[in-house]
Amino acid sequence: MKHLLSTKDLSRDEAVGILDTAAHMAETQAREIKKLPALRGRTVVNLFYEDSTRTRNSFETAEKRLSADVINFSAKGSSVSKGESLKDTVETIGAMGIDAIVVRHSASGAAHRIAHSDWTDATVINAGDGTHQHPTQALLDAYTLRRHLMGPDPLGQDLAGVGVAIVGDVLHSRVARSNVDLLTTLGAHVTLVAPPTLLPIGVETWQCGVSYDFDRTLAEGGLDAVMMLRVQAERMSAAGGGYFPSANEYSREYGLDSARLSRLPAGVLVMHPGPMNRGLEITSVVADSAQSVIVEQVANGVAIRMAVLYLTLTGGQGGAL
Amino acid sequence: MSVPGGNTVLTAADIARALTRIAHEILERNHGPEGLCVLGIPTRGVNLGHRLAALLAQIEPGLDTHQISGQLDVTMYRDDLHRPSAGTRPLAATKLPAGGIDGKTVVLVDDVLYSGRTIRAALDALADLGRPAAVRLAVLVDRGHRELPIRADHVGKNLPTSRSERVSVLLSETDGRDAVVISPEPAAPGGPERAEGGEPR
Repeated sequence: MKHLLSTKDLSRDEAVGILDTAAHMAETQAREIKKLPALRGRTVVNLFYEDSTRTRNSFETAEKRLSADVINFSAKGSSVSKGESLKDTVETIGAMGIDAIVVRHSASGAAHRIAHSDWTDATVINAGDGTHQHPTQALLDAYTLRRHLMGPDPLGQDLAGVGVAIVGDVLHSRVARSNVDLLTTLGAHVTLVAPPTLLPIGVETWQCGVSYDFDRTLAEGGLDAVMMLRVQAERMSAAGGGYFPSANEYSREYGLDSARLSRLPAGVLVMHPGPMNRGLEITSVVADSAQSVIVEQVANGVAIRMAVLYLTLTGGQGGAL
Repeated sequence: MSVPGGNTVLTAADIARALTRIAHEILERNHGPEGLCVLGIPTRGVNLGHRLAALLAQIEPGLDTHQISGQLDVTMYRDDLHRPSAGTRPLAATKLPAGGIDGKTVVLVDDVLYSGRTIRAALDALADLGRPAAVRLAVLVDRGHRELPIRADHVGKNLPTSRSERVSVLLSETDGRDAVVISPEPAAPGGPERAEGGEPR
């Protein structure tokens, strides 16, 4: 695996291989000495054109735990604010002799563009591109689901038969797209729940169910996890931007509160990719409930990113997983 | 695993005798069972380690097999992770006995000792996990051609080989039968011997 650009590119066996590698990585993170020498002498650039705390910190932690040298590049305060193009930035970084670029960009396809250009030979890992893909987030979600739902020894297993509802702003969500692709590949059944205005055109061709009615989806049962999406106000024009009448109404129809949670079996997991808008798509009581695995998702993110870095940066490039 | 055109150099009975002897040697060298801990190196070293721990518990009824045996994955400590020809190596689990390895006498167990590079990686991995009082090495087959100043404390069989030959350790847990087979052709790239430290790198 030379790059990780999209969960669509992963076969079932490749995805299970990443989850298994992450499980072994997670085991090493319970040790007193958490640092491993696998990427010693390798240099990774975190190239972030969009704000991010958890993803960038998670990647940086993973890189350092594997002994890579880390260069952080954020668009703010760099030559990008002087108008430097993506091509020039990547070529400049590439000339410094780096092995991998972890890139987040507001343009869909930015990671793909870098990976398939002649600007650099480095490995490219997509850390979120526009409204397109965020593969490591989907992988850590799948890892979290597998850990909780697939028995005491989940190594080697996929997510066959697992039911997941992904609720909220699907239109702007790269997390939703990545998850639909990955969870379906792993054998799970995904239902998207959102108002029609927050569903993208062509969603009926995706490999998943679609519902406008959160309560009905909850009543139908068959769910093992409910994944709440953040309402991405920054990608909408004004507050709500005409996508829904008011925050209150959105919250009433599509928010996860204790009343809705109480109608679900006790084993159903509550997930959120973060950062949460507490009180909008999820209430604080639910976010902090025993069924919530939101904090664990962050911890699993480090293990997943260690696995992806290990698999893309060791061995023959383009080799098997 | 089938080994076409191979010569069987150790039979199941030979392997059992060698392991029993090694178990006695370990106890003799350690002046008894105190502080012993047996760590196998995946894949086949783990099975051999479990067998050795069971034999130790047979000889010294005070020992509990599960409390003294574990496994040590050395993959991320290898010196060939970035060789383009190597392919990406899958990781395995590391399981230490309860109580860790601090102050223990750790016996590393592997199937074949060849270049010594796997053991070098294992020593680095151990150093990150604790500080054993002593580390010893037990192998079923020592086939020579060392590339590092490493030697085994306990050897099942010294087997003079040429580099072009392939030594295959078959164990009932993974291969359905116990045998050590030597065959003329070199191991296929990425084959099991290579992954378990059989091939020079």
